[in-house]
Amino acid sequence: MHLTLEFGGGLELLLEKSTKVHKVDVQPNDAQGKVMMKGLLSWVKSNLIKERPEMFLKGDSVRPGVLVLINDCDWELCGGLDAELEEKDVVVFISTLHGG
Amino acid sequence: MDSAIDGVRQPPARAGSRLCTHCGERKAALKRPKTLEQICRECFYIVFEDEIHRTIVDNNLFKPGDRVAIGASGGKDSTVLAYVLSELNRRHKYCLDLFLLSVDEGITGYRDDSLETVKRNEIQYGLPLKIVSYKDLYGWTMDDIVKAIGLKNNCTFCGVFRRQALDRGAALLSVDKIVTGHNADDIAETVLLNILRGDIARLSRCTFIITGEDGPIPRCKPFKYTYEKEIVMYAYFKKLDYFSTECNFWFLPMYRCSLAFYNQSCFYTH
Repeated sequence: MHLTLEFGGGLELLLEKSTKVHKVDVQPNDAQGKVMMKGLLSWVKSNLIKERPEMFLKGDSVRPGVLVLINDCDWELCGGLDAELEEKDVVVFISTLHGG
Repeated sequence: MDSAIDGVRQPPARAGSRLCTHCGERKAALKRPKTLEQICRECFYIVFEDEIHRTIVDNNLFKPGDRVAIGASGGKDSTVLAYVLSELNRRHKYCLDLFLLSVDEGITGYRDDSLETVKRNEIQYGLPLKIVSYKDLYGWTMDDIVKAIGLKNNCTFCGVFRRQALDRGAALLSVDKIVTGHNADDIAETVLLNILRGDIARLSRCTFIITGEDGPIPRCKPFKYTYEKEIVMYAYFKKLDYFSTECNFWFLPMYRCSLAFYNQSCFYTH
């Protein structure tokens, strides 16, 4: 499944070359052959995060203070970790833990 | 998040399928942490800006003709503050003379980059910018200070120097007030910090929306009741230009850093 992932608020520094936008191809990660947010987070940790994963993830979810948007909509309105992603979805992760 | 119809669990709603609880017309884009409302972008802009306007009016933060310096670091809070204050000044005719005031601590790779953001904000928002530097004021940069004393207590030095630098810069601009972008999350961290340190004197002052009224230039915090998540979402939706990297000298063993993590886990646990 082709997705666009964007990292902001300093999260891009955890990735190779601090690249903010990543076009990725993610294989289905649940029993029904779907790509769920929970599985995507795990995929991001394994494939994109190069350092300090604790700044991005805590347990199965993002670290508190990391905001997640699916197609410019707060993931809390979309099911959070249980949100099901679709082809060409854009997922944005923004950290709020930095000076203002 | 699942709902049940006839005992059968339904999948969570697909992104964009919930309507705004304010207008009932547009798709909800955000769940406000302040009120838990599901709200669309346009209604969010209105309530966000209006709540700040109410904070300003209800607390008599300004009077017409005030020269006001916005402490601007290039970060999310001060960028959104400059944008919103500029907009509210126009819309509600506060009749304020607004300036951007930045402090250059001399932290290579952090402050030099964030100052470039403030210089862009100067053009984007049409607000005059004044930069005061530690090097000019004190003869030392933070890089020099950390070389001399190491990483212990450097934030304490920096905080004190920055406070004075803001006062000196504001005096050079002949301003009546300084505004800073401290938000509700910052104030919550400061309350916890002062409780843990047993600093009763600071605990009583740290939630005041206006401070320093007995000094040369009072300071106020229009974002006192504004949640950090909402500031970030506002900046994101409005595509505001801000710089977002941690200071080179900010790290986990630091008290405030630990409290920021703790604070966020209380407010924003998924």
